[in-house]
Amino acid sequence: MFRDLAKMGAYLGQAARMMVGVPDYDTYVQHTRLMHPDRTPMTYEEFFRERQEARFGGAVGKCC
Amino acid sequence: MNSTLSRLGWGVLAVIGAFCLGYVALNHGETINALWIVVAAVSIYLVAYRYYGLYIANKVLGVDATRMTPAVKYNDGLDYVPTDKYVLFGHHFAAIAGAGPLVGPVLAAQMGYFPGMLWIISGVVLAGAVQDFMVLFISTRREGRSLGDLIKSELGTIPGMIALFGAFLIMVIILAVLALIVVKALADSPWGTFTVAATIPIAILMGIYMRYIRPGRIGEISIVGFFLLIGAILLGGKVAADPVMAAWFTFDGKQLTWMLIIYGFIASVLPVWLLLAPRDYLSTFLKIGTICGLAIGIVFVAPQLQMPGITKFVDGTGPAWSGNLFPFLFITIACGAVSGFHALISSGTTPKMLANENQAAFIGYGGMLMESFVAIMALVAASVIDPGVYFAMNSPAAIIGKEAVDVAAKISEWGFVITPDVLLQTAQDVGEKTIISRAGGAPTLAVGMAHIISNALGGKAMMAFWYHFAILFEALFILTAVDAGTRAGRFMLQDLLGAFIPSFKRTEKMAPTLIATALCVIAWGYILYQGVVDPLGGINTLWPLFGVANQMLAAVALTMCTVVLFKMKRERYAWVTILPTVWLLICTLTAGWQKIFHVKPSIGFLANAAKFSAAADRGEILAPAKSAAQMQQVIFNNYLDAALCGLFMLVVISILVFGIRACMKAYAEARPTSKESVYEKLPDNAAA
Repeated sequence: MFRDLAKMGAYLGQAARMMVGVPDYDTYVQHTRLMHPDRTPMTYEEFFRERQEARFGGAVGKCC
Repeated sequence: MNSTLSRLGWGVLAVIGAFCLGYVALNHGETINALWIVVAAVSIYLVAYRYYGLYIANKVLGVDATRMTPAVKYNDGLDYVPTDKYVLFGHHFAAIAGAGPLVGPVLAAQMGYFPGMLWIISGVVLAGAVQDFMVLFISTRREGRSLGDLIKSELGTIPGMIALFGAFLIMVIILAVLALIVVKALADSPWGTFTVAATIPIAILMGIYMRYIRPGRIGEISIVGFFLLIGAILLGGKVAADPVMAAWFTFDGKQLTWMLIIYGFIASVLPVWLLLAPRDYLSTFLKIGTICGLAIGIVFVAPQLQMPGITKFVDGTGPAWSGNLFPFLFITIACGAVSGFHALISSGTTPKMLANENQAAFIGYGGMLMESFVAIMALVAASVIDPGVYFAMNSPAAIIGKEAVDVAAKISEWGFVITPDVLLQTAQDVGEKTIISRAGGAPTLAVGMAHIISNALGGKAMMAFWYHFAILFEALFILTAVDAGTRAGRFMLQDLLGAFIPSFKRTEKMAPTLIATALCVIAWGYILYQGVVDPLGGINTLWPLFGVANQMLAAVALTMCTVVLFKMKRERYAWVTILPTVWLLICTLTAGWQKIFHVKPSIGFLANAAKFSAAADRGEILAPAKSAAQMQQVIFNNYLDAALCGLFMLVVISILVFGIRACMKAYAEARPTSKESVYEKLPDNAAA
C-alpha cells in the first residue's frame, strides 16, 4: 500500500516536472549510460540548468 | 458481446449529451443549472473523441503503431524522450492552456451563454481539436519540426516566410491584448497591484533558491512560493485598507502601461533562471490547480445561470464588443474553440516526446477538448453572476457613465434590472472601490469564480480573497506570457532581420539583443497604450483584432494539413480539414473586412478614422483626445489598425493560394509526394 502510494507520488512528481519542461532525470542517466557509454551523464544540477535554458531559449512563446 | 455492450454504453452517453443540449436549448426563459451545460459538453467531447478523433487517427491519417517516432529514434533523454502518454498529456495541456480560453467566453457571454456554448463545442470538435491533432501528427512524421518549417517544406519557402511573418505579428497583438487585460484588472486596485507586484520578489527568491541553494529542487520551493503568494493576497487586503499604503499601489491605466512596458523589457533580457523560469513554474502549477478547483467547485456548488440563454445583443448592439453574432462571436471565442497558436505548440516540444503515433489522438485531440472544457467553465463563471453586474463590468464608461446611479439606470434600461446598491455591494464584497467598466474578462471571471468557490469554501467573507486569488492567477500567467513572448518575439525578429543584416542573428551579442527586444516591446507597448486610452475600452478594438489573427493562423495551419492530405494521396478524406478551413476563412475574412470597412465607427476602423477626421476639420475635439495633436494620433491609430487587419488578410489569402496550388499539383501526381521521414520500424522493446 505504501509502496503504491510512493509510486504514485513519484509518477505525479514526474508529471508535474514535465509540465514545466523538465523530463525524468533517472531516465536520462540510464539512457546515457546504456546508449552512450563514452559520455559522462550530466549531474542533476547541470541537467536542470540545461533544460531551463532549452525551455526558454527558442522562438516559441507561451500560448495565449 | 463486449463490443455490443461498449457500443451500447457510447450510445447512452450520446443520448445523455443530446438530451442535456436539448434541455439547454429549450429553456431560455428561465434560469437553468450550470450542470446541464457541463454534462452536455463532457458527453459530447467523449463521444467526439471516440468516434471522430479516432476516425481521423485510423482512417484519415492512418496512424501506424509500428512506425518509428522521433522520440525513440533521437532519444537523448533531453529534448527527445519517449514519454508516458498521461505525463505527456499534462505537458501538452499545460503548454496550450492560457488566458485565451478564459477571456473569450466571458466576453461572448454578452450574447447569452447559448451561442457561445454551441460554438465552443462544435468549434473544438470539428476545427480546434482536428488542427491540434493533425499538426502534432504531421510534425511527428517529420522529426518534430516546427510549423514554419513544415509550411516551408510542404508549400514552399515564400509561404513559409509569409507564415513566420504572420506569426510574429500575431505574437505582438497577443502580447498587447494580454497586457491590456492585466492593466484593466489592476487599474485603481491597490490590492491587485500589490499582490501582482509581490510575485516579482517571490519569483526571484525562488529563482535564487533553485540556482544556488538547492539547485533544481522545483517541488519544495514551489510549495513555499505558493504559500508566499497566499500571504501576498492576505497582505494585499491590509495594504488596500490602509490609506497611506493604498496610495503607493494605486495607479491609473497609463501608469500601469508604462510600468508593464519597462517591466517587459527588463524581464526579457534578465537570465531566465532568475525571474521567468520560477514564475513560469509557479503559474503553471497554479493554473492546473485552479482549473481543477474550478471544475470541482462547479460540480459541487451546481450554480444557477443568471444570464439569459440569448440576450438581445445578438443583433450586434452589445456594449462589451461591437458587431453581429456572425462573424464576431466566432472571432471573440478564439481559444477554446479553435486557436492557431496551438499549431506552434503541437509542432514544438510535444512531437519530440511522443512514444508512439497511436497516442497522438489522445494528446492532440484530447488535449484540445480539455482546453475547450476550460472555456465552458469560463462561460459558466461569467453566466452565474447577475447580468446587471456583468454589463456594468464590461461596458465602457463612454456608454454607461461612471457613477453607480447612472450605470444602474442605463443597464436597467437595457432590461437587466439592477440597483446602484448591488453594484456598490458587489465591489465591497470583492474588496474593490468599483467594479464598473472593468472590461477585459479577467475581473468578470474573477467575480464569477469568487462566487462559485466562496459558495464551496469560506462563504461571503472569503469572496474578496477568492476574487484577488483569481486576479493573481490570471495576472501571473499573463505576465509569464508577456515575458516569454517578448523573448520569443525577439528571437523571431532577430531571425527575420538576420535575413537582411546577418550580424543581427547573433543572439548572444548584447547590442542586437537589446535592439530586437526594444523593437518588440515598443511594438506591443504602442498597441497596448492605444488600447488603454481608447474611449470604448480598448478590448472593443483589440480583442477582435487578436481573434481574427489567431483564427487566421488556424486557417493557415489547416491549409497546410489539407496540402499534406493531398500529398499523402488521401484527398478523399480532405473534407476533414477543408470544412473547418473554409468556415474559418469565411469568418475571419468577413470579420476582417468589416473591421476595416464597416460604416459604423464602433466596428470599422476607417469609419472611425473618418469620424475623427471630420471632427478635426470642424475644429472639434472628441474623447479620448484632448488636443488637436491627439486627434491626429487617434486617426493614425485607426489607419494603423486597418492596415494590420489588411495585412493579416493578405497573409491568409496568399497562403490559401499557395495551398490550392500545392493541392492541385499533388492531385495530378500518381504517387504520394508528402515529405515525411522514411518508414522505419519501431523497435519491439519501445512499443508502448
